[in-house]
Amino acid sequence: MNCFGNIWSVAKRELSGTVSSPVAYVFIVIFLLLSAFFTFMIGGFFERGQASLASFFGWHPWLYLFLVPAVGMRMWAEERRSGTIELLLTLPVTAWQAIVGKFLAYLIIIAVALLLTFPVWITVNYLGAPDNGIIVAGYTGSLLLAASYLAVTSFTSALTRNQVVSFILAVVICLFLILAGWPPVLNLLHRVFSPGLIDFVAAFSVMTHFDSIQRGVLDLRDIIFFLSVILFFLFATHAVLLARRAG
Amino acid sequence: MIKVEDLRKNFGTKAAVDGVSFNVEKGEILGFLGPNGAGKSTTMRILTGFLPPTSGSAEVDGFDLEDQPVEAKRLIGYLPENAPCYDDMFVSGFLKFCGEARGLRGGKLNDAVGRAIATCFLEPVAHQSIDTLSKGYRHRTCLAQAILHDPPVLVLDEPTDGLDPNQKHEVRSLIRRMGKDKAIIFSTHILEEVEAVCTRAIIIDRGRIVANGTPDELKGRASGAGTIVLRAADRGGAALRPFLEKVEGCSAVEVLEEQPAVLRLRPKDASTASGLAARVHELAVREKWKLIELRIEEGRLDDVFRSITLPDTAPGRDAK
Ligand SMILES: Nc1ncnc2c1ncn2[C@@H]1O[C@H](COP(=O)(O)OP(=O)(O)O)[C@@H](O)[C@H]1O
Ligand SMILES: [Mg+2]
Repeated sequence: MNCFGNIWSVAKRELSGTVSSPVAYVFIVIFLLLSAFFTFMIGGFFERGQASLASFFGWHPWLYLFLVPAVGMRMWAEERRSGTIELLLTLPVTAWQAIVGKFLAYLIIIAVALLLTFPVWITVNYLGAPDNGIIVAGYTGSLLLAASYLAVTSFTSALTRNQVVSFILAVVICLFLILAGWPPVLNLLHRVFSPGLIDFVAAFSVMTHFDSIQRGVLDLRDIIFFLSVILFFLFATHAVLLARRAG
Repeated sequence: MIKVEDLRKNFGTKAAVDGVSFNVEKGEILGFLGPNGAGKSTTMRILTGFLPPTSGSAEVDGFDLEDQPVEAKRLIGYLPENAPCYDDMFVSGFLKFCGEARGLRGGKLNDAVGRAIATCFLEPVAHQSIDTLSKGYRHRTCLAQAILHDPPVLVLDEPTDGLDPNQKHEVRSLIRRMGKDKAIIFSTHILEEVEAVCTRAIIIDRGRIVANGTPDELKGRASGAGTIVLRAADRGGAALRPFLEKVEGCSAVEVLEEQPAVLRLRPKDASTASGLAARVHELAVREKWKLIELRIEEGRLDDVFRSITLPDTAPGRDAK
């Protein structure tokens, strides 16, 4: 009980800090604008003539690639730069509670941005009869993807006191997670490596799992994949925080 | 309450804290003195659970900071060096967060925040954003966070650093007041502060304790402590000297100034200084000297500090 109370205290603090600064609003507005732009202008939402959100969700791995590290880069880097990490970690709150609390705060901001795209969902339902089961799967996959990038950002943010460095590192790691399973890259790899190896690499890519969720199958394996990525990077965050304490 | 045993902390190959042991009981205010880079902050960071020690242990009320960190941290209020605060919060919001993280809720939380705001004179800025505060208010906001939950143990790293003289005075009287029923340890390099506030002082240099005692005991270790200084208006120093050398219990007389005469008498034994002073006074009355001053030197903490800690430029001290 105390544990959840502590996590929630940390999350609330992080949210209040973020809400009083423009970071959260800028993130939400840019996310909505870019979503609309990619979906309707580039994704050919209307030209497809299908009542589906495939063109909407299809861009999310690339949108999140920059937006999630941008919103999360301050998570630990700012604590270190301003010295408040010394306050936070000497409160009777464990490092785990602090890590999860912060992660949760930024996940809430991302979830709010995602929920605010509901007009797109209303639009497809108005124009046609989409499979709303696929759309729910789409939203779930999108949130899992964003949460994975956020865990990566948490890790890179703990590595440094410089937010820009943390941003760049996060983008690079997330890009790797995308490219390992992106068809153009896989085709390129096909010329050099054996198919078995390529399947192995592709299994580590968020794209492989994101795409299969987008097709409407909420396979447990895909969900477990995303949860493992999230847990792995949160563990890595914990390890970095402890190691940097040791001096 | 606080028990530190043979604490060591290495950064790379360098020992920042090198075998420090001490205890602080309830009702004690321990002053932690030492030049910059002596290891004061590092010791405090270990004591508050922010850094793990390389070896040795720190305990608060029987809870080891490594084995039961959460239980120990509950009992501690900590003001880190440079008073870090969340710039993006309001003063009252910041204190509320700290209270919540310490398990206070509802009415108890509001009472605690209100009390801390009043104690640290933060009323005028309670609803102001922390990044707009002056340094003094910022410092006191962080101090308020430390005393919010009325902890039995307070660890204050340079609590008066960067404050103006009035604020320094306020913070010192606050520490003295709270010291009655808490165990307090605070670091400083201002020596008057130690005399004004502490019940005991530790001087630390290059990671080691070099002196430990009450401020008076430490002052007694100064080179001039226990000597008698005499000033007379109507005689020359050289004229007085032969008289004084004959006084019982006096081992040496030194003329500091000739006109008006100022002389320093060294007693054979520091504990007999007051007897010697009385005899000097009798002599002066008998000889009708116009005495303007007769006092026993207390010894200055400054002198002790300088004589037992190496100056920054001395060999063996590496630059910070
Ligand atoms: N995180 C760290 N990494 C490396 N060296 C450090 C670190 N923190 C402190 N030190 C070194 O340890 C020594 C003691 O520092 P500190 O405890 O801050 O001294 P004080 O507070 O007495 O001025 C200094 O020489 C300092 O350079
Ligand atoms: Mg210090």
